[in-house]
Amino acid sequence: MNSVLAMALAGSLVKLSPVDVVVIAFYFVLVLTIGWYLKGISNSSEDFFLAGREMTAWIAGLSFLSANLGSLELMGWAGATYQYGILATHWYWIGAIPAMLFLGLVMMPFYYISKTHSVPGYLKLRFGESSRGLAAISFALMTVLMSGVNMYAMAEVMKVVLGWNINFSIWVSSLTVAVYVALGGLRSAIFNEVLQFILIWAGALLIPIMGLIESGGWANLQARIIHNASAEYIHLWSTLGSFRNNPMGINWIGIVFGLGFVISFGYWTTDFLVVQRVLSAKDLRSAKMAPIIGAAFKMFVPLIVIVPGLLALGVLPFHLVPESVAATTGAPSYNDVLPLMLARYCGPGLLGLGITALIAGFMSGMAGNVSAFTTVWTYDIYAALINKKPSEEQYVRMGRWCTILGVIISIGTAYFVMQFASIMDYVQALFSFFIAPLFGTVVLGMLWKRATAAGGFWGLLCGTCASIGMYVWVAIKPSALAIFALSADAKPMAADMFRALWSWIICVLVTVIVSYMTAPKTDAELVGLVMGVTPMPHETDVPVYQRPWFWAVIVTIVFVVLNLLFW
Amino acid sequence: MHGHAISIWFFVGLSLLGNGALILGNGLWELGHPPAHPVVLYNLHASVWWGAALLLLGLFYILRHRPGKA
Repeated sequence: MNSVLAMALAGSLVKLSPVDVVVIAFYFVLVLTIGWYLKGISNSSEDFFLAGREMTAWIAGLSFLSANLGSLELMGWAGATYQYGILATHWYWIGAIPAMLFLGLVMMPFYYISKTHSVPGYLKLRFGESSRGLAAISFALMTVLMSGVNMYAMAEVMKVVLGWNINFSIWVSSLTVAVYVALGGLRSAIFNEVLQFILIWAGALLIPIMGLIESGGWANLQARIIHNASAEYIHLWSTLGSFRNNPMGINWIGIVFGLGFVISFGYWTTDFLVVQRVLSAKDLRSAKMAPIIGAAFKMFVPLIVIVPGLLALGVLPFHLVPESVAATTGAPSYNDVLPLMLARYCGPGLLGLGITALIAGFMSGMAGNVSAFTTVWTYDIYAALINKKPSEEQYVRMGRWCTILGVIISIGTAYFVMQFASIMDYVQALFSFFIAPLFGTVVLGMLWKRATAAGGFWGLLCGTCASIGMYVWVAIKPSALAIFALSADAKPMAADMFRALWSWIICVLVTVIVSYMTAPKTDAELVGLVMGVTPMPHETDVPVYQRPWFWAVIVTIVFVVLNLLFW
Repeated sequence: MHGHAISIWFFVGLSLLGNGALILGNGLWELGHPPAHPVVLYNLHASVWWGAALLLLGLFYILRHRPGKA
């Protein structure tokens, strides 16, 4: 029997050597040192919550990307590639690049010029307190719940991969995050996210390099995949003509409009977890460049996520199984692809670096959740509803306490999920309910000056309720999926896309109808918030190659070429 | 405002240098003491060249962004 398979059945996928343990310990010492060092320069609210608004475009851009590059995301999409083939790349390309460019070129000026501290803060300026309250409370609640769910899932992964005790993983990682974010605020979270980004590439890039050498190049790998799976696994677009022609059970309408438009734009342009990183930029041009830099790097993330999944299809001498089967048989599951490929090519030291990258990914994802929660709680709930004129000292003190509170709630959620594992899917679904309608509300607010406060609030509420309604409908009656996905062949993966699409359409329709029934604000009240009434700073004083739109065009060309190359 | 502060790139350099040294050191040791259960493509000695690459990159970042450098 293969040695990796034997180890999996014996209780863990990989075995660490002493040098691996030293590499992991070195990472923990470094992040705590960074947090301790930054403590001294995070004493004002602007420093603690927005990193002093002095980050360069590069740091804000890498942090923006890194906040999304959690280890569960990396492992999950590598596993999805093994299951569905190269189609998983859509979540990195059409499901990210256009939205990131749109954020940089179109939306960022309004977030930045309005000087808001958060996305709910923008809603307050544009639509009033009711919209802000709805968005702030739902975001704060969902963020800490998601953080707890991710914490539990990661502890489970560490148990399966390394044989570590779940309690050990939860407490060591969460206390480390609590210490460095409470000490250094957003600046500490951003520094660690940039460090994590570099570590992920240093730890994972060896897999595609060694894998392609072992396979004998890309063409040979494709031939192996066709032999081991089928030709559908290596095409990005040509199998999306109908739901039946691809392993995912989805069509191009779901991918382009559901994923590429609503879900992607919703996440990358209105989820405060990622937008907060860009708000820390030192000036407007850096704030516009940051998402474009993030997009440029995002295009190459499939190299360390999708390629390992494809390599597993091509070179592993055994088959991986779904989670449900793995739970009963102990065999490696789809989600174990990355650790398996790490163990395949990485000896002592390199393996430790790969595992460090996974731990770092988890911790920076959690730090992102906690720092975003802290900002929204402090500015949009505490300062809006509880203490309306806090001093600078009270802001920072509340931020530090809130960080610790956020981590404690996350730990509590992790243990709750441990007892009732079936609620995990529901919590993850909860987050998706708000993203698509929130994008509808924010984008109408920024681009259409006729949108009114009542229109914004009722659009957001109706869109969210519609999303929840469709979710419950399918849960009670699975055949309902065929109705809103417009095909009897649609599979669960298509449900998320079409639910997002319909909830966004409903949000926009309600916002437009209610807005025409209510009185709009004057142009003077919308300056700095809406396109058409906000004067934009000109960029004629910088060379063409330093202008955001120039790099956006370059990224777009590479994006189109890559999609055609893997059509 | 915080121009005197240590750059994030210095910390990145520190991380790459430390990890590179550990990985390279282990790779060199393995040249004289081959493991009983080698990884796939062990003959390429990835620990040696990947560790060396990280170490050099780390050294570059540390020197370029060392505290106090104008």
